[in-house]
Amino acid sequence: MDEYNEKVMALFKNPHNMGEIKDADGIGKVGNPVCGDLMYAYIKVKNNIIEDIKMKTFGCVAAIVTSSKMADLVKGKTLEESLKITKQDIADELGGLPREKMHCSNLANDALRKAIEDYNEKKNTK
Amino acid sequence: MRVYLDHGATTPTDEKVVEAMLPYFTEIFGNPSSIHEFGREANKAIQKARETIAAKLNANPSEILFTSGGTESDNLAIKGTATAAKDAGRGNHIITSKIEHPAVLRSFEALEKEGFKATYLNVDREGFVDLEQLKESITNETILVSVMHANNEVGTIQDIDEIAKICKENNVIFHTDAVQSFTKVPLDVQKIPVDLVSMSSHKIHGPKGVGALYVRKGTPLKKLNDGGGHEFGMRAGTENVTGFIGFAKAVELTTENEITDIARMRDKFVNTVLEKIPDVKLNGPGISEGKRLCNNANLSFKRVEGESILMRLDALGIAVSTGSACSSKSLKASHVLTSMNIDPLLLHSSLRITLGRENTDEEIDYTIESLEKVISDLRSISPL
Repeated sequence: MDEYNEKVMALFKNPHNMGEIKDADGIGKVGNPVCGDLMYAYIKVKNNIIEDIKMKTFGCVAAIVTSSKMADLVKGKTLEESLKITKQDIADELGGLPREKMHCSNLANDALRKAIEDYNEKKNTK
Repeated sequence: MRVYLDHGATTPTDEKVVEAMLPYFTEIFGNPSSIHEFGREANKAIQKARETIAAKLNANPSEILFTSGGTESDNLAIKGTATAAKDAGRGNHIITSKIEHPAVLRSFEALEKEGFKATYLNVDREGFVDLEQLKESITNETILVSVMHANNEVGTIQDIDEIAKICKENNVIFHTDAVQSFTKVPLDVQKIPVDLVSMSSHKIHGPKGVGALYVRKGTPLKKLNDGGGHEFGMRAGTENVTGFIGFAKAVELTTENEITDIARMRDKFVNTVLEKIPDVKLNGPGISEGKRLCNNANLSFKRVEGESILMRLDALGIAVSTGSACSSKSLKASHVLTSMNIDPLLLHSSLRITLGRENTDEEIDYTIESLEKVISDLRSISPL
């Protein structure tokens, strides 16, 4: 396996944006613990902007750091802008990920997408 | 503090082993095949090393072939037996278990591609091979059974005495991969009718790149590499003299006491972790039943993933391993735990801790303390 770089390891030891938002406006869940990765994204949205985001992650180093970094990247952005963030963007911000981790554990933007869908659905049913 | 708890992967070479090897690099450097004095003294040394390995198994020295390690021993035993049977026009059915080391499993798959039929035996929840299935699987076509002595991930010690007897009754050659158990679990080839035994040096504080294969006298085996007549014509290539010497010294240095002491520390580790950390499960046989390798602990920590635990412990100076997904290139869950039918939710949460004789109680205490913190941290960010 390729090794994790120092930037990744530093974030892994101290990931931020981790936890839960009790009164979240949208929640996105992706992955499956039987496959080794599970991520929940909680978002607070105000005026179409992601005001706050928290992540809960079960998974390997890559799963945890991509969760933390994705949240960094989208906080304060509009919903449209945040949906443009790709897996590659997240990996690039981390200085790269081991090749085999790029697809299996890099699920954070999928979790965000689901959280935004959830937010939109809740908004429309209100 | 730096704590090494991955002795199932490899062990530090004992300083006394290094000391014993050194003269054979520079002073006694002759080629054991040479008939001059330089060669003769090297040859004498490797024959003495062969005697040491043989004595540990209660075998005859002429039944010990030195190899490059466990993987080569497994390949030679399995492919060598199968090819010899094929050449002699005997059967083409081979049997192994689902929880073998890749050196065995991949050798079986290679033989399947050549037309052999293979049966992979099931194991129970503690990793014990289904002996009834073994008996039912053996046919007139069966030529080889290969079942490991002790499992590398969960430490299950198979009843190889019984397996060997079943094979003998049916006139089938029995190979056991004893890489993890050699010198830890007694194996007397005069008492157990096993035909082939794989061993490795670096798992017992010897150098890497050397191992051995016990071949019971009269067992038909076809050599894998062509060349000179080394190792009774079975393994061509100039002998790894320093390696053989180091391996033998490592065997000499093993004691009964260290096994007792390692087991004591392992038991303390497992019992304390189970007591202090909630939602932890021990995979494999219980620690007090005598059917588990003395140095092995394999634990699943619910709601956290194995690689994350490993890397957090690594950051604290503690080396352990995980057979679970994400720690290896395949990203697949451990074939051993999967075959044992453990709860799928725990498959990715396992950690293997393997102790060695240089570990101390202080190191074990530090590891338990660190583990408590790491598990609690990772659980706080887990959605489960």
